[in-house]
Amino acid sequence: MGKTLENQSTVRGFIDRFGMPRLIIAAFVVLLFVMAPIVGADLTMQIGNVINRFSWNAILVLAMVPMIQSGCSLNFGIPLGILSGLLGGTLSIQLGFTGVTSFFMAILLATPFAVLVGGGYGWLLNKIKGGEMMIATYVGLASIAFMCMMWLLLPYTSPTMVWGLSGKGLRTTISLEGFYDKALANFLPIPIDPENGLYFPTGSILFFAILALGIWAFFRTKTGTAMTAVGSNPLFARAAGINVNRMRLLSVIMSTWLGAVGILVYQQGFGFMQLYMAPNNMTLPTVSAILIGGAAVNKASIPNVIIGTILFQSIVTLTPTVVTAMIHMDISEVVRMIVSNGMILYALTRVMKGEGSR
Amino acid sequence: MKNNQRAKFNLGRLLQDNIVPVMFIVICIICFPMSGYSPTYLLNELVTRMGRNTFLVLSLLIPVMAGLGMNFAMTLGAMAGQIGLILVSDWQIWGIPGIILAMIISIPISILFGIFCGNLLNKAKGREMITSYIIAFFMNGVYQLIVLFMMGPIIPIIHDTLKLPRGYGIRNTVSLLNMRQHLDNLLAINVAGIKIPVLTFLIIGVLCLVIVWFRRTKLGQDMRAVAQDMEVARNAGINVDRTRIIAIVMSTVLAGFGMIIYLQNLGNFPTYSAHTQIGTFSIAALLVGGASVEKASISNAFLGVFLFHLMFIMAPAAGTAVTGDSMIGEYFRTFVSYGVITVALIMYEARKRRTRSATSHLLALAQQEEEARAK
Repeated sequence: MGKTLENQSTVRGFIDRFGMPRLIIAAFVVLLFVMAPIVGADLTMQIGNVINRFSWNAILVLAMVPMIQSGCSLNFGIPLGILSGLLGGTLSIQLGFTGVTSFFMAILLATPFAVLVGGGYGWLLNKIKGGEMMIATYVGLASIAFMCMMWLLLPYTSPTMVWGLSGKGLRTTISLEGFYDKALANFLPIPIDPENGLYFPTGSILFFAILALGIWAFFRTKTGTAMTAVGSNPLFARAAGINVNRMRLLSVIMSTWLGAVGILVYQQGFGFMQLYMAPNNMTLPTVSAILIGGAAVNKASIPNVIIGTILFQSIVTLTPTVVTAMIHMDISEVVRMIVSNGMILYALTRVMKGEGSR
Repeated sequence: MKNNQRAKFNLGRLLQDNIVPVMFIVICIICFPMSGYSPTYLLNELVTRMGRNTFLVLSLLIPVMAGLGMNFAMTLGAMAGQIGLILVSDWQIWGIPGIILAMIISIPISILFGIFCGNLLNKAKGREMITSYIIAFFMNGVYQLIVLFMMGPIIPIIHDTLKLPRGYGIRNTVSLLNMRQHLDNLLAINVAGIKIPVLTFLIIGVLCLVIVWFRRTKLGQDMRAVAQDMEVARNAGINVDRTRIIAIVMSTVLAGFGMIIYLQNLGNFPTYSAHTQIGTFSIAALLVGGASVEKASISNAFLGVFLFHLMFIMAPAAGTAVTGDSMIGEYFRTFVSYGVITVALIMYEARKRRTRSATSHLLALAQQEEEARAK
């Protein structure tokens, strides 16, 4: 560490600290923003889109932080949180709540599921320390497939959610209009480009700020510091009398709950609820977003979340318009895939600090 | 220690170690009457599917032997095989020569992919499986870049039937109608209404023999030594990193061949999604056969393909019969294949912890003894 500080002034040290891929991605995003007006894209609109997408995704990315901090590695098991959120959302609609109430009811209803599922998941992760990432991935995939069956079998009846013909089984995409569509975004919106329906989603950003502040404050409490200690050096933490398993369990429950809230916030921005295999598509982008933001496999902070989400969402929104205009090929999907998975690969192939001390 | 454990024959432990195959046999027994399929139909389907999938599953054995765990990046080989098939069908070389040429084309691509993958896995020791899982996703992006954008302007594609209407990139489905089941039909025999693709099974048999032989070679022994303990292997003069890369390259090349055999049986393939599930299903099949992350044998592969595909055939029909919804069975089999991998991974990690604590316990005992003796 001391060496890095000495070299701080040199470019080399800066690259080492920041990580080459991260620099390349940041440079790519800057280039995209510079190129956008040149190729004739409306920069205001692009920035507005990035802000909106940030407000949808930021809490999902935030859900990575507690688990990474407590040493449970990247939360590839975020589908568990997402599924809890989906259960809360569907139940809220089923019970007849509408408007903004339905959003907060959805969070309330999702909470017991998130705590229960997170508890079980945390217990499992405590049994298999060291192999968290792979098992989390497959626990996530298996539970998505399991819930696919449940969406068909659970006795939902709300006509907005079930298939029109058979009257049972939930639809793959459910419109949230009249329920919690833009529940947060419509709180004090500031117009950016009202003609195209582009507003600054003050409510969503505020909601994220409150949660992020909560997490930040939590990691400054006694429990929070203990959690960080477990993540950075489990042996030391145990010697200091911290109950390692309890801390890890708590962090997993927090992550799962944040995942549940995160998907509900995502849905209120997006306006639709996607069921069945859709949660699967959220995992890798979320994981890679926090890594792009500068997090390591065992260390993450709120700035990582904010920077990562902005950079990732900039790539997602800007590449289609800018690159397509430049080379007349829509390679955005491929770019997104290579960038996001490349980032995860980079993080996985770095040597972890404190590895082997388990 | 190992002998000691084996000597204490324990039914509970035996059942616990083989929980996955046992679970599967139970599922199959329950599903069979519900699906309402005749034994002849089932057997016919099974033989076809065993010919189609076994080669792919066998390609997973070598990385397990080298201690790399389940090679989720076998998808890379599948991609190489598909690139080979696309080129061959563009050159309109059909039948057996086409299949062989596609295999030859896939070899250098597989080797390239394999070296890339092996190098990354060497940088992520201890996290090989999750890394190979992500590599599969990463390379899917590269594959799309090649097939969707570079085929046409950079890699010449002659025939318009293969290209998207916009002039570059390959269509969503590549038809292999002119080589469909050519490998399976050559030397095929019919026994009591069941078609047996003898040549395909012969090829699989040859691969089994090669694997058995390979285990006894110097390189095979090195791989097992690396799997046991990398540090010890390095001290014994084995180039650990190189051995691991070779294991992955071999697996990738074999997966490429396997994919070509698989696709010639199907007769066409979705260009952008054929490879995405192949890793999961092959790994699930191998685990169903009783393999674990650190130990997998040829018999595991055969038993696994048999049981896994028996479930795969019966689940949709059984699901429809029970719930009246055909999708339930579809989701059920996806759930089961993911669930099997989850259970196997949990068992592997739990066992790793158990042996680790047992070793440290032994170490502590030895230390105590030594201290007592010193006194």
